[in-house]
Amino acid sequence: MSSFAPASAPHLPARSTVRRVMGDVLIALVPGVIAQVWYFGVGVLVQITLAILFGLVFESIMLRLRGQDQMPWISDLSAPVTGALFALCIPAWSPWWIACVAMFAAIVFAKHLYGGLGRNIFNPAMVGYVVVLIAFPLALARWPAPQPLAAHAPGLGDLLQMIFSGHLPAPHRFDTLSQATPLDTVKIEAARGYTLAEIRSNPVFGSLGGKGWEWIANWYALGGFYLLWRRVIHWQVPVALLGTTILLTSPAWIADPDINPLPLQHLFSGGLMLAAFFIATDPVTGAATPRGRLVFGAGVAALTLAIRRWGAYPDGVAFAVLLMNACVPLLDRITIPRAYGHGRTRDE
Amino acid sequence: VRIHCFHGGLKLLGRYDAVPSPVRTCALPPRLYLPLIAREGTIDPLVSVGDRVLRGQCIGEPSGIGAGVHASASGIVVSIEIRDVASPHAARATCVVIGSDGEDHCSPLPRIEDWQHVSRETLLERLQGAGVAGLGGAAFPTHVKLAAPVEILIINGAECEPGIACDRALMVESAREAVRGAALLAHITHARQTIIALGDTMQDAWGAIEGALRDHPFEGAVLAQVPTRYPQGGERQLIETLTGRQVPAHGLPREIGMLCHNVGTAVAAWRSVARGEALTSRIVSVNGAGVARPGNYEVRFGTPIAWLIEQAGGYTSSAARLVAGGAMMGVALPHDDMPVDAGCNAIQVLDEAKILPPVPELPCIRCGECVRVCPARLLPQQLFAYLVREDWPRVQQHRLDACIECGCCAISCPSQIPLVEWYRWGKQELREQARSRQQATASRKRFEVRDARLRRTREERAAQRPPETTAVAAPTISKAEVLAAIARGRARRERRAPGHPPDENGRAR
Repeated sequence: MSSFAPASAPHLPARSTVRRVMGDVLIALVPGVIAQVWYFGVGVLVQITLAILFGLVFESIMLRLRGQDQMPWISDLSAPVTGALFALCIPAWSPWWIACVAMFAAIVFAKHLYGGLGRNIFNPAMVGYVVVLIAFPLALARWPAPQPLAAHAPGLGDLLQMIFSGHLPAPHRFDTLSQATPLDTVKIEAARGYTLAEIRSNPVFGSLGGKGWEWIANWYALGGFYLLWRRVIHWQVPVALLGTTILLTSPAWIADPDINPLPLQHLFSGGLMLAAFFIATDPVTGAATPRGRLVFGAGVAALTLAIRRWGAYPDGVAFAVLLMNACVPLLDRITIPRAYGHGRTRDE
Repeated sequence: VRIHCFHGGLKLLGRYDAVPSPVRTCALPPRLYLPLIAREGTIDPLVSVGDRVLRGQCIGEPSGIGAGVHASASGIVVSIEIRDVASPHAARATCVVIGSDGEDHCSPLPRIEDWQHVSRETLLERLQGAGVAGLGGAAFPTHVKLAAPVEILIINGAECEPGIACDRALMVESAREAVRGAALLAHITHARQTIIALGDTMQDAWGAIEGALRDHPFEGAVLAQVPTRYPQGGERQLIETLTGRQVPAHGLPREIGMLCHNVGTAVAAWRSVARGEALTSRIVSVNGAGVARPGNYEVRFGTPIAWLIEQAGGYTSSAARLVAGGAMMGVALPHDDMPVDAGCNAIQVLDEAKILPPVPELPCIRCGECVRVCPARLLPQQLFAYLVREDWPRVQQHRLDACIECGCCAISCPSQIPLVEWYRWGKQELREQARSRQQATASRKRFEVRDARLRRTREERAAQRPPETTAVAAPTISKAEVLAAIARGRARRERRAPGHPPDENGRAR
C-alpha cells in the first residue's frame, strides 16, 4: 500500500503569477517610455530610475516594519510599477526629492498603511503624484518643451545637476527651456478670450493633441493593446473611459468648435491615454465587476473633463482616478452580476 | 443544434497530457471490495461470509431509492468489513469482500429484445435490477433520474477535464451500443429530441458515433459538437451550450424539461436491457507521469486502486499525488488501498513538478481573471474577501451556493490563492449555520407546542372542575394590623442583635 500526502483540488498549479502580471505592465510601458524619452530627453529615464529605487527602498522598509518577508513581496514588481507610472507623470527634470516625497506618500501611506499589496483603496502612483502636485506646483508645472520645439536641450551633465541639486546650471533658464503644456495653453488662452482656432495656431499643438504628446499617447495605447492581449487588463475601463470622453465632448464641439476643443484633442492631450490603459485599469483600486468597470471608466472620463473645463488644474486625470477609487466599494456592491441559474435564462 | 456558449471556462486540453485511446482490460484481482454505500438510507448485505456468488448477482439491497450492489466477479464472500473508500459520500464504509475464483461465472438477467414495445416501468425496473448508475462521476441511480418524462434528452460525451478520456475511448470502441443506449433512454423518457454531444476535438469518437447513428437511426436524434472548453462536460454548462437555457439554482434540469445522461450510462443501460448484464465494470483512465503505462482500462468495480496501478505498470519514481477523478475536481486519496467504484472515471498519479505552485501565496490583487473564467458567473475575488472576513450575509448575497467548485478560478489566480478550498469551507460553514438555525427553530416550535398543550390542559381542567359554591372571603387585614406586626418583628430582631441598628427597611445589617 502506498500512501500520499493530502491535498485539495484543483491539482494543477496556477498559470500566472503576480510578478508576471506586474512584469507585463512594465513591458507594456516600454514603447510609451521610448516615445517620451524621444520627445523629452533621457531625464525621463532618470526619473523612472529614481522613482523605482525610492519605491523599492520604502517598500523594503515597510515590509521590515510590518514584520513580513522581503523576498516574495519585494520581487512581485508592484513597487516598480507604481514608481514607473508616477515617474511618467512628472517633468523630466524634476529635482530628486519630488520622486522621494511622492514614493513615500505612495508606498508608505497609500499602500502599506492600508495593509499592503492588494489592500490599498487609492491608486498609489496617483496618490504620490497628487501629493507632489499640491505640495510643489511650480516644479511640476515646468515641463520641458518637446524635442522638435526645444531650442537647445541641456546636456546630460546639466540635467543630472538640475535633478540632484534642484537648480538649473548657469546658462540655462527655465523660461527658455520650459513651455506651457498644451492643456495649460488651452486653459490660459481660452480664459483670455481666444478662440480655439487661434489657440491651436500655437506651435505646441500637433495635428490632434500637443506636439509630441499625441505620439506618446499613441505608443501608450499600443502598450495598452498588449495588456489587453495578455489579459492583464479588461476592455471595459479603456473603452468606457475613451468612449465617454468622445461622447461628452462631441456635442459641445459640434455646437461651438470655437470654444470647445475637438474630442480627439482631449484624448491625445495630457495623461488621458496613459490613464485609460495603465492607471484606471489598476485592478486593486478599480472595480471588480464588468459593469462596475464600465462605470468606473466613464466616471474617470467625466471627472477629468469636468476638472479640465472648470477646475484649477489643467489636467484632472489623477484627481478623477482617486475620486473614482473612493466609489469602488459601492460600485462593486451594486453591480454584482447575476449568477448562473439565478433569474432570467438569457443574459442580454 | 445551435451552439450557444457558457460564461468563462478554460481551454485546458492540449496543455496537459491526454490518455492514449485503446481500452485494455484490467486483470481480475484476487479480491474485490464492494462498498455498500447508498446516496440515501442504507444498503443491507444479502450475502454472508462463505456464500458463493456469481458475477452480476445482487449482494446488497438498498433501503431507500438507490440501486443495488452487484457482485463484480464470481467467487466466495471472504468477509464483510469496514474499509476506507474513495467515495464523496463517506470516507469509510462496510464492504463485501469477494475472493475471486478466477472463473468469472455470470448470472445474467433475461434479455429484453423488443424493448420498444415494453412499458417504461418494466425497463426502469430492469435498470434498477441491474444496478445501473450514472458513470459521469456522481453515480446517481439511473432509474430515479429517468422517472419523469422530459422534452430534451442530452447524452453527454463532452468530457473536458484534463486526465479523463474514458468516455472518448468508450465512444470509439462501443459507438453502436452508445447510440442504441441513447435510443433506449429516449424511449424511456419520451424525449422529443435526443442530443448526443461530443467535444470538438474528438474526431475519432465523432466518426464512430456518426457511423453508428447512420446504422441505427432513431427519431429525434441529433449529433452536436461542442467547444472543448472546461467545464463543458458539466451538466449545467452543457445544457446552456446546447439550448441557451440555464437550470434554475437549487433546481434540476428536469424542471426545464431536460435530462442529461453520461454516454457511459447509456451504454450500461443498453447492456442491462439487451444483454441482461448488470453494471459491474467501467472504463477508468489511468494517467499522469507517476504511472508507468497510462491508458484506459476496463476495470471491475471493487478492484483495489493499487492493483489497477500495478496492471498499469506500477508507480514511477516521480509519483507524488494520487487523485481519483480529473485534475481539476478529483479527490486526492491518502493511499491506494481503496476500491474502484462506478463514480471513478480516472485515477491519476501526478508528479511533483506538475502540482507545485510556482511561487508562494500572495494577497489578492483583484486582477479579475477569476471573474472572467467563472462558469457560474460569480465574483470569486469578492467572495474570497468576504469569506476571509466571515461576512456571511455578503457571502450569501454573492451566491456562494452557485459555485460548482470547478477550480477555474484557482488555477487562474496569479496570487496562488487556493480559492476552491475557501469556497468549500464557506459552504460547510453556511450549512452548519443553517442547521443550527433550524435546530433553534425546531426547539422553539417544540417549546411553543408544549406550552400551548399545557395551557390547554390547564384550561380543560379548570373547565372540568365543579364551580365553587361558597366563595372564600378574602382575608381583610387593616393597615394598622400590618404596622403593628412590623413593629413586633423589629422589636424581636433588636432584642436578638442589640449592637446592630436596623436600617430604614427594618432589616438587620
